Order: sequence, then structure tokens, then C-alpha cells
Amino acid sequence: MKKQTVDSRPAGPKPWYDPRIRSIFFQFIAIALVFWGGWTLVDNTLSNMESRGISTGFGFLDETAGFGIIMSLVPYDATMTYGRTFLVGLMNTLLVSAMGIVAATILGFIIGVARLSSNWLVAKLALVYIEVIRNIPLLLQIFFWYFAVLGSLPSPRQSVEVADSFFLNNRGLYLPEPMPQEGFGLVWGAVIAAIVVVIGLRAWAKKRQLATGQIFPTFKVGVAILVILPTVGYLAAGAPLEWEFPALKGFNFGGGITIIPELAALWIALSLYTASFIAEIVRSGILSVSKGQTEAAKALGIPNSLTLRLVVIPQAMRVIIPPLTSQYLNLTKNSSLATAIGYPDLVAVFMGTTLNQTGQAVEVVAITMAVYLTISLAISLFMNIYNRAAAIKER
Amino acid sequence: MGTIMTEQTQATDPKKPVPSQTENKPDIIRVEGMNKWYGDFHVLKDLNLNVRQGERIVICGPSGSGKSTFIRCINRLEEHQQGKIIVDNIELTDDIRNIDTVRREVGMVFQHFNLFPHLTVLENCCLSPIWVRKTPRKAAEEAAMEYLERVKIPDQANKFPGQLSGGQQQRVAIARALCMKPKIMLFDEPTSALDPEMIKEVLDVMIELAGSGMTMICVTHEMGFAKTVADRVIFMDGGEIVEEAPPHEFFTNPQEPRTQKFLEQILQH
Ligand SMILES: Nc1ncnc2c1ncn2[C@@H]1O[C@H](COP(=O)(O)OP(=O)(O)O)[C@@H](O)[C@H]1O
Ligand SMILES: [Mg+2]
Repeated sequence: MKKQTVDSRPAGPKPWYDPRIRSIFFQFIAIALVFWGGWTLVDNTLSNMESRGISTGFGFLDETAGFGIIMSLVPYDATMTYGRTFLVGLMNTLLVSAMGIVAATILGFIIGVARLSSNWLVAKLALVYIEVIRNIPLLLQIFFWYFAVLGSLPSPRQSVEVADSFFLNNRGLYLPEPMPQEGFGLVWGAVIAAIVVVIGLRAWAKKRQLATGQIFPTFKVGVAILVILPTVGYLAAGAPLEWEFPALKGFNFGGGITIIPELAALWIALSLYTASFIAEIVRSGILSVSKGQTEAAKALGIPNSLTLRLVVIPQAMRVIIPPLTSQYLNLTKNSSLATAIGYPDLVAVFMGTTLNQTGQAVEVVAITMAVYLTISLAISLFMNIYNRAAAIKER
Repeated sequence: MGTIMTEQTQATDPKKPVPSQTENKPDIIRVEGMNKWYGDFHVLKDLNLNVRQGERIVICGPSGSGKSTFIRCINRLEEHQQGKIIVDNIELTDDIRNIDTVRREVGMVFQHFNLFPHLTVLENCCLSPIWVRKTPRKAAEEAAMEYLERVKIPDQANKFPGQLSGGQQQRVAIARALCMKPKIMLFDEPTSALDPEMIKEVLDVMIELAGSGMTMICVTHEMGFAKTVADRVIFMDGGEIVEEAPPHEFFTNPQEPRTQKFLEQILQH
């Protein structure tokens, strides 16, 4: 084997000049350094904690928490465990992040397109929005919405109300809560049926277009089916839905759905702030598609709306996606500013109260960091998959 | 691939297409007293031009003389402010329906190809037939393959534009325009972004197209091409049509001093 190599080509470089061997060698050194550093850190911490008598391990997660949380998506009260507080905080973080990502994306795309509008006023308004919002620190904006705007709403007794069912005051926004009654399953069934029908319709319309060239108004008909089928199901089942209306009980409202001002302020601030960055990303993405592309489409007789959909957006997306991903990650991480106004997110509930009460800093910080890392990696992975699908092949 | 191509194109040396007999054909393009300004800048000055069906026009002139602007007015990529442009009996006005109809009948080939980089060659060719002409996919693909064969690159159909050479990309661009079965083809310096060795393969395709009776308006400085296919050569300078003549007269006996000077400059090289 060795002999063959020597025969077939001139003697290779000395091992320490061979780029492959070099790269393996340096990677090995790097890994060794990382492990050595990590081990030293863990070992030091453990022995320090031992000498101070701090308990270690994750046993505290089963202990009773004993503190209340103002908002939780899962049932929670003070008699539950620290494990439960972790879940409540995590869900609250995911909620505000998801709401923020959706709102910031929609708003960012609208403002980004508005920035390119040929209407002078619209373009300048978008520009002013972007420049103002992204240059003010996020924490300040959260405070602004929480204290200046939402804090100055009237007290519960003087609530702004709409139709006796929506109430807005400095304790939050109160909405009627739908309470499905017996037989509501039929409505869910109808919704699922409608979705299946629309998917089938899309496939059929596409097939028909390939075969005959006729274009079916899939979007309009699809929306109609999605509305009509569940409505029919709802009426057929005898309208099995009741609403629980919020009502003033003593000094505050009870019943219905409550959106607490902490959530609203955080959500608004995160969305507006991130939207200003997304708008710039969208603008540069669209500008990255050369004018020649739209001209070529025009010259082929393709109308503007189709040009946007078939030519501009697919090309702009591959420029937009990577920085958009990092904005999503930023928004999720920025949601930890919740602590500043007392929104019970993961950092406030778990790294705040739970850590203070248990003193198990290493475990709590490690869990929290692992959670943010997991969320970030999940978003990145998802966006990478999308981007791979949208990539353009060159040489 | 590349070597086979060049052998082919060299083997079938382009024969001069029969002069187009268009004397009694109707006008398909009429430009009457057309003026255009960019702000204060008077870019096109009182242009008049009638093109008969099947005629082949070459436009030349120094850079910045308004050649591109002129032919881009014919499919309304640019708006004119005064005068009339009538294409295939449809006057170009602000009416969006007229513009769309005209654009469907007029194909255009650009200096920088402007292929859609996110679509394959075949998809580039089928996009407009499918979405605008509402041709069934299969029929559109079959037609596209025919045109790709005509421009001699059927084997590249499933590649992306970025994987092709400049000459191949320009031939795809010609095929893409032809897939809409246009009545008129506009070319805006189709070979000036190409390496010298690729110019011929594109010109051969254009000469073949001229032979098929297509109405063509070409902005080009390829004087050999003009001599071979043009029925008329138009010389533009400073936004005006300075001179208009059949190629033989144009090249041997130019009347205007500006034309003489231009021809001297480009023929020196
Ligand atoms: N969008 C525009 N705005 C202002 N001036 C323009 C624009 N496009 C072209 N021009 C000017 O119009 C003149 C004619 O341009 P063009 O038609 O591209 O010339 P050619 O194709 O003959 O080189 C040039 O002086 C150019 O600078
Ligand atoms: Mg030009």
C-alpha cells in the first residue's frame, strides 16, 4: 500500500507541511483546550460550592415554589413546584416571542415595501419610523409603552368599554372568552374538513393548470370554503358556543380573557423595534433584485403583481432570510427584558424568583441558557431548511 | 459541450437571408412625431419611423444618442410624452390593457440577458406562456424545447442561467422571448456584453431568425450583421434620426457628415 503511493506519485510533503495533517492537528489541539477549560470550570465550581455547603443537583425542581405568578398559560398556583414555575416562565417566553415574531414580520414587510413606495409621503413616513424606532434603546421603548402609555389608562372603574364586552384599563385588556359547549366537536370537524378540501382543491387547480392552462381562483374560493364549512357545521350543531364576558367584581374585572399590560407593553415594544430592522432587511432584499429582472418580466407581458410573486420575491427571499433569522433570534433573546416591567417570562420567573429562593445558581442559569440555546438553534435550523430550499444554483 | 457548439456554428456558415420582400406589406410599427424628455433633458426629438411587417431595421449611433430609450418606448418600458406610437394597430397610451397586449406581441432581448436566475432555462422559457398566455404546462414545455433547439441549446434546458456561458445565456434569452410567439423582436445591443468568441453564436441565431421572416429592430454596432440582414440602417445622434438608408448605401455613401464621422470611427478598428 505504502509502496504503491510512493510509486504512483512523487514523495508527498513532510507530515508537518501536509495541510490535511496540519488541520487535523490544530483541530485536535482546539478540542483539547475547550475540554480542559470546561472541566476546570466545573471542577472549580463544584469544589467551591461543596466547601460553602451549597447543595447541588436538580432536586429543587420538585420542591414547592410558594410564590404567585400574575400570568400563566397552564394552571398554576403557589402550592406547585419549581418545575412548574419553569414551565410557566418558558411558556410565557415562547408566547411573547411567537407573538412578537409574527407581528414584527408582518409590520416589517409592510414598512419595508412602503419605504420603496413611489408615493413620497408613504416612503418618508416609513423612513422616519425606521430611523426613530431603531435608534432608541429597546428598554426605553418597553418603559414608554408600559408606564407612559398603558400606565396612563383609566382605572378599572373608568374602563374604556366597547359593547359591554371589551374593557381596557390600566390592569389590562379584557376580552370575552369563547366557551365551547357540547357538540362543538362538529365545528372542529368542519374546520378540518375545510382544510382538507382546500388542500385537495389546490392540488386539483394546479393539475388543471398544468393540463389546460386555465388558472383557478384558488385563493378566493379557498377562503370562502374555510369560512362557509365551519359556519355550516356551527349552525348544524345548534350554535354550541357560549361566551364568558368579563365583569367588574369589586375593584377589578373577572372572567373572560385578560391580556395583562406587561405582556401588551413587551409585545408592542418588541414588535415595533424588531419591525424597524426587518423593514430595512426587506428593503435591501427587494433592492438586491436588479431592475433588469422586472424589466425582463414586463417585456414578456407579465403583469406587475405576478412579477412580484414569480420573479422579485423568490429572489429577494434568499437575501432576506439569513438576516431575518438573526432578527428572530434577537427578538427572542430581547424578550428577557421582560424582567424590567415584571412580565413573568423565563428569566423573571426562573432566573429571578426561583433562583433567589433556592440559591441554586449554577443549575438555574444552566437550564435557562440551555433553553435559549435550544430555541435559537430551532429557529436557525428551521430557517436554514427554508433557505436551502430557496437557494439559487450557480456554476 | 462548448467545442461541439463551435464546430456546429462554424460548419453551417450563415448564409445571407433573402432580402425581405416587404414593399407591399402593411406597417406593423408607426412612430409619428415622437418626443421624450427626462426631466429637462430632451432625449428623443421628433422621431418618425414606419416599419413594415417582416422588415429588419438596424439602429446604430454613438453611446448616449437615445437608441435604447427609443426601442424601449416601443414596448413601453419607457413612456413618451409627445407624438404617437402605434404597434400592430394598437396605440400606446396610458391604458394598461393596451400596454399588456403590445408587450405580449413584442419580444425584447437585453444587453445583459436578464434571465431569471432562480428558474431553470426551461422554466425561464415557460414562465410567461404559462402565466400570461395560459398555455398548458406540457404544451409550453414542448414549444420551449423547440425554440431551445432552434437556438442550439436543448441540452441545457434543465440547467440554471448561472451555469451557462454568456453566449448561451443570450441565446436562452432569445428563445425565452420567442416562446411568447411575438410578432416583433427588439434587440438592445445583444452582443456587446459578450466575449468576442461568443458573439458569432448569438449573431448566427439572429440571422437565422431574420431568415424566418420576423420583424426585427436591432440596436447593434455589429456592422457585418447590419450588412447581412438589415433592410434599412438608421443612424441616431443626439436623440434624432440623422440618416436612414439601405445598408449598401449607408455604408458606401453616407450623406450626413455626422454619419460619415461615426462610420470612420467604428470602421477604423
Ligand atoms: N432614466 C434616465 N434618466 C435620465 N436620463 C437618462 C435615463 N436613461 C437614459 N438617460 C440619458 O438619455 C440619453 C440616452 O440614453 P440611451 O437611450 O441609453 O442611449 P444609447 O442607448 O444610445 O447609448 C443618455 O444621455 C442618458 O444619459
Ligand atoms: Mg444603450
